[in-house]
Amino acid sequence: MMSSEKSKSTVQTTGHSWDGDLQEFNNPLPNWWLWTFYATVVFAIVYWILYPAWPIGKDYTKGVMNEITYTTADGKTVTTHWNTRALLLKDMQQAREAQQQYLKDINASSYEQIRNDEEKSAFAYSMAKVLFADNCAACHQAGGNGKIGFYPNLLDDAWLWGGSFEKIQETITNGRHGAMPSFKGRLSEEQISDVAEYVLSLSGNEMDTAAVKRGRKVFTTDGGCTACHGADAKGQIFMGSANLTDKIWTIADVPGAESAADKKSAVMQVVTNGKQRTMPAWKGRLSDTEIKILTFYVHQLGSGK
Amino acid sequence: MKHESIETNAGLLIVLTLIVISIGGLVEIVPLYFIDSTIEEVKVEGKDTIRPYTPLELRGRDIYQREGCYLCHSQMIRPFRDEKLRYGHYSLAAESKFDHPFQWGSKRTGPDLARVGKKYSNEWHVQHLTAPRSVVKESIMPNYPWLSRNSLQYKDIQDRMRALKMVGVPYSETKAEYEANVKRFGEDVAKNLDIINAEKNLLAQAESGNYDGKPEKLSEMDAVVAYLQVLGTMVDFSKFDEGHFAKFR
Repeated sequence: MMSSEKSKSTVQTTGHSWDGDLQEFNNPLPNWWLWTFYATVVFAIVYWILYPAWPIGKDYTKGVMNEITYTTADGKTVTTHWNTRALLLKDMQQAREAQQQYLKDINASSYEQIRNDEEKSAFAYSMAKVLFADNCAACHQAGGNGKIGFYPNLLDDAWLWGGSFEKIQETITNGRHGAMPSFKGRLSEEQISDVAEYVLSLSGNEMDTAAVKRGRKVFTTDGGCTACHGADAKGQIFMGSANLTDKIWTIADVPGAESAADKKSAVMQVVTNGKQRTMPAWKGRLSDTEIKILTFYVHQLGSGK
Repeated sequence: MKHESIETNAGLLIVLTLIVISIGGLVEIVPLYFIDSTIEEVKVEGKDTIRPYTPLELRGRDIYQREGCYLCHSQMIRPFRDEKLRYGHYSLAAESKFDHPFQWGSKRTGPDLARVGKKYSNEWHVQHLTAPRSVVKESIMPNYPWLSRNSLQYKDIQDRMRALKMVGVPYSETKAEYEANVKRFGEDVAKNLDIINAEKNLLAQAESGNYDGKPEKLSEMDAVVAYLQVLGTMVDFSKFDEGHFAKFR
């Protein structure tokens, strides 16, 4: 039926025929399709001329009328053929220029000056939030509240490695390595238990008086705890040892413990097994200005010193 | 040859079709083997700083692939401003020249990992791989608790290195190959590329690195963290001018 209708039309066949009467029509392409195809061919030729395209030996055509000129951070002007890497450098240059006035201000200002200038601190804040989320939040958490047992809380008033602008900047730039040694084998179980009683008593917990007395002795003699935590147990900033006399805990989860026994076992666990913690160095990954902005932000997070 | 004889001969049609469609691929791919600037030269003080993986890192990479990390994580920072600000310098072709297969990926369900090395502490990686939501609340990454439990199998490490050597990774077996590596990468690196001492080197790195925080056990976690910590760290970009790598495009 179809074939009899079609065969009346003017469409030509390819001349092939199978099984006697099976024919193949040879319809011309629709004009819109054909011209679109020609347009893509023309586009390709124009593209070859303007952009890097054809390999020639060990080199390739670089394209014409399409050069990129950019200025690097250290002030060198470079002109190169079109390529995405140079495009990025130009993009970075434009961003740098847009922010330059602020970045210059930040670089030239002391931390106090940034703090006292509304515009500077607003800029530092908005930039620091992004930097913090990308680089710091994975450990210190999005709000900076840290994680007991792992990463220090940046919102509180305690600073293991010092809370001054200079100390915070040093911490971010070069990283830190905190090491609480394991006392397994060096102290007996009873001694560790006594030390835990003493340590908990320092921050106002009601503990067994006799055990506290024994614990203090271990703390200052056999344990040698004073070597790091100091004779007053307030910690020493130069080695990042914790202040044991405040109610802030960064490794032993004392605040999360429900009973007195749980608190004690949390402390004992840290004394027994020790704890190594590393703050990575950000020098190299972040620029000096970025580190400065982050330092300012972190300092403001937890009423810095 | 008449068109009809091709169309009526399926075998011939297949062969000729393959030839025609492969021309496009050959024209695009073959020149890349000859163009000088395809792979960047990254030398500091005359030594290549991009090196093959050490035996321990290599095992970590194998586990990375076994667990399908590449399904959600790319290792390819593109040259865009937003990517540079978030992940760091764009990836160089040279940085994956010893990767077989490369781990560029095209789908980011999780963040790009091309420069994750040294960004976080070992301890963070262990905690995060074991229970991601314990450190990143909004994470949708699965838990990988078995990495710490499983002992690392490394008895076949020499075979793994030999397999990679066959496809061009410069692990050394002979004295001459070792000497060539010393010249190319420096002695410290060359020692770790030696196939004969692979087991010894693997154990030594695991012990000194103590990646999983448990010195008494050599686990798969040790290898994975060792691998993650080296990603993207082999090029010190401060040693090169800002526009240096743009020349290679």
